[in-house]
Amino acid sequence: MRFNALRVLKEGLTGNRGWRPHWRKPAPKPEYDMLIIGGGGHGLATAWYLARNHGVTNIAVLEKGYLGGGNIGRNTTIVRANYFLPGNSEFYSHSLKLWEGLEADLNYNVMHSQRGLINLFHSDGQRDAFARRGNAMLAQGDDAILLGRDELRTLLPCLDYDQARFPIYGGLYHKRGGTARHDAVAWGYARAADARGVDLIENCEVTGITVNAGKVIGVTTSRGEIRARKVGIVTAGRSSQVATMAGLRLPIESHVLQAFVTEGLKPCLDHVVAFGMGHFYISQSDKGGLVFGGDLDFYASYAARGNLPTVEHVMEAGMTLMPMIGRAKVLRSWGGIMDMTPDGSPIIDRTPIDGLYLDAGWCYGGFKAVPASGWCMAHLMATDQPHPVARRFRLDRFATGELLDEEGTGSQHNLH
Amino acid sequence: MHLPCPCCGPRDLREFTHKGADDYLRRPAPDAPPEAWDDYLHTRANPAGRTRDLWYHDPCGTWIAVTRDTVTHAVIGATGLEDAQ
Ligand SMILES: Cc1cc2nc3c(=O)[nH]c(=O)nc-3n(C[C@H](O)[C@H](O)[C@H](O)COP(=O)(O)OP(=O)(O)OC[C@H]3O[C@@H](n4cnc5c(N)ncnc54)[C@H](O)[C@@H]3O)c2cc1C
Ligand SMILES: [Zn+2]
Repeated sequence: MRFNALRVLKEGLTGNRGWRPHWRKPAPKPEYDMLIIGGGGHGLATAWYLARNHGVTNIAVLEKGYLGGGNIGRNTTIVRANYFLPGNSEFYSHSLKLWEGLEADLNYNVMHSQRGLINLFHSDGQRDAFARRGNAMLAQGDDAILLGRDELRTLLPCLDYDQARFPIYGGLYHKRGGTARHDAVAWGYARAADARGVDLIENCEVTGITVNAGKVIGVTTSRGEIRARKVGIVTAGRSSQVATMAGLRLPIESHVLQAFVTEGLKPCLDHVVAFGMGHFYISQSDKGGLVFGGDLDFYASYAARGNLPTVEHVMEAGMTLMPMIGRAKVLRSWGGIMDMTPDGSPIIDRTPIDGLYLDAGWCYGGFKAVPASGWCMAHLMATDQPHPVARRFRLDRFATGELLDEEGTGSQHNLH
Repeated sequence: MHLPCPCCGPRDLREFTHKGADDYLRRPAPDAPPEAWDDYLHTRANPAGRTRDLWYHDPCGTWIAVTRDTVTHAVIGATGLEDAQ
């Protein structure tokens, strides 16, 4: 289905009866070349790049609920490439470049908006740290501008610059950062993959992974057994459970992350603003709602909702940063289950079982990673070689000590 | 969520700091192989359902092991850490 102004007008005048589903609803076949478990952003992107880059189309995505019902439809949509460590830096840089061509690639409007991301700093020491990060971003080939307080004021007049606890000294401005419409990303990848013949099978929960002599031979699902010699686990917050089906224990703990949106307001915030010291970040959606969030609830959880202390903390931080937010009513809050690794970086790797691959550990930064993760996971599954930009996302790095601890907070799952 | 502190009774979540799963109670010997340390520090059962994890009650300084459900957030019980080991 294609959209254009004439079509929207015609459908509007004829009761919108001509729209058709974006993808087929096929029944699972008994056998595929490859299976992807999980129809979130990463699973759908993996399927698309397998078809697009490697010509592998006899594949199915198995999703226990509906496509886009997991974290891909629950995140706060920030897209950025401001990582520091070699290993992360080139990966997110690659991802941002894919974002910049994504709408043309999928022929789908994902509303990617490079409105700029500003990370605030509040002391001389923090300014130095951000200058260093900005230089790393430039060295990687991306963009960064260090803004002083006065320059920042002209961009963000609504902040309280003179708060007692965290007076604002300036910000690191990443112009190519921004947001995208999260559901549209899932739908766009789904439609494109489906058009190449990929079977997207919803309401199909994987309940077992069949392994014979160290090799994967298929999966059991709520819709019967399906055979395949290559299977990718791409189930975000549920990664540990699915890996357990193959007898694997992962370096992952699942935690809940909450987010909030206010009633629609007139445009008042043109950028994404991150207030790290207060554990708070905010942007304004195209509908006008202020979308904001904070840190994890900090304890392991599979409930897609959080507790009140974190709500209170996020609201306090919002009021500290931009007191005007107190005038807006919060419409909704929700939570998503995050697959936290002990160093806060992801895993795209083979597993000890032949033919079983893992794409997991996205923590709360996996939305911006969707294109590159799909690209690299597809490369891994098709060629059995890690993609160069994802080569450090190894499963065994925790045993070898080659961690990618971007924030330098240590080996504890809830500290990243 | 309220957690029962053996010292102070049921107290609000805000008074506690979360450490992680009770794997932290099984510290390997200093000369244990790297795999044992990897398992201790990184690998987790990560159950959806009943779990046991470690919390610190900031006001009284007691470490506790809490048995609770990660899906419903129901708290089943807690013991002080000397007893928990
Ligand atoms: C509140 C919140 C805010 C966030 N903000 C940002 C942000 O601003 N920027 C950013 O980059 N990232 C953000 N994230 C993180 C990002 O959303 C996730 O890292 C990313 O979406 C995870 O990958 P996914 O899309 O594949 O996950 P999901 O959409 O969760 O996909 C996993 C899928 O696997 C399915 N599944 C699980 N078990 C099975 C099974 N047994 N059989 C079949 N299917 C199964 C699930 O139903 C689910 O659909 C945020 C997350 C949350 C919750
Ligand atoms: Zn106490």
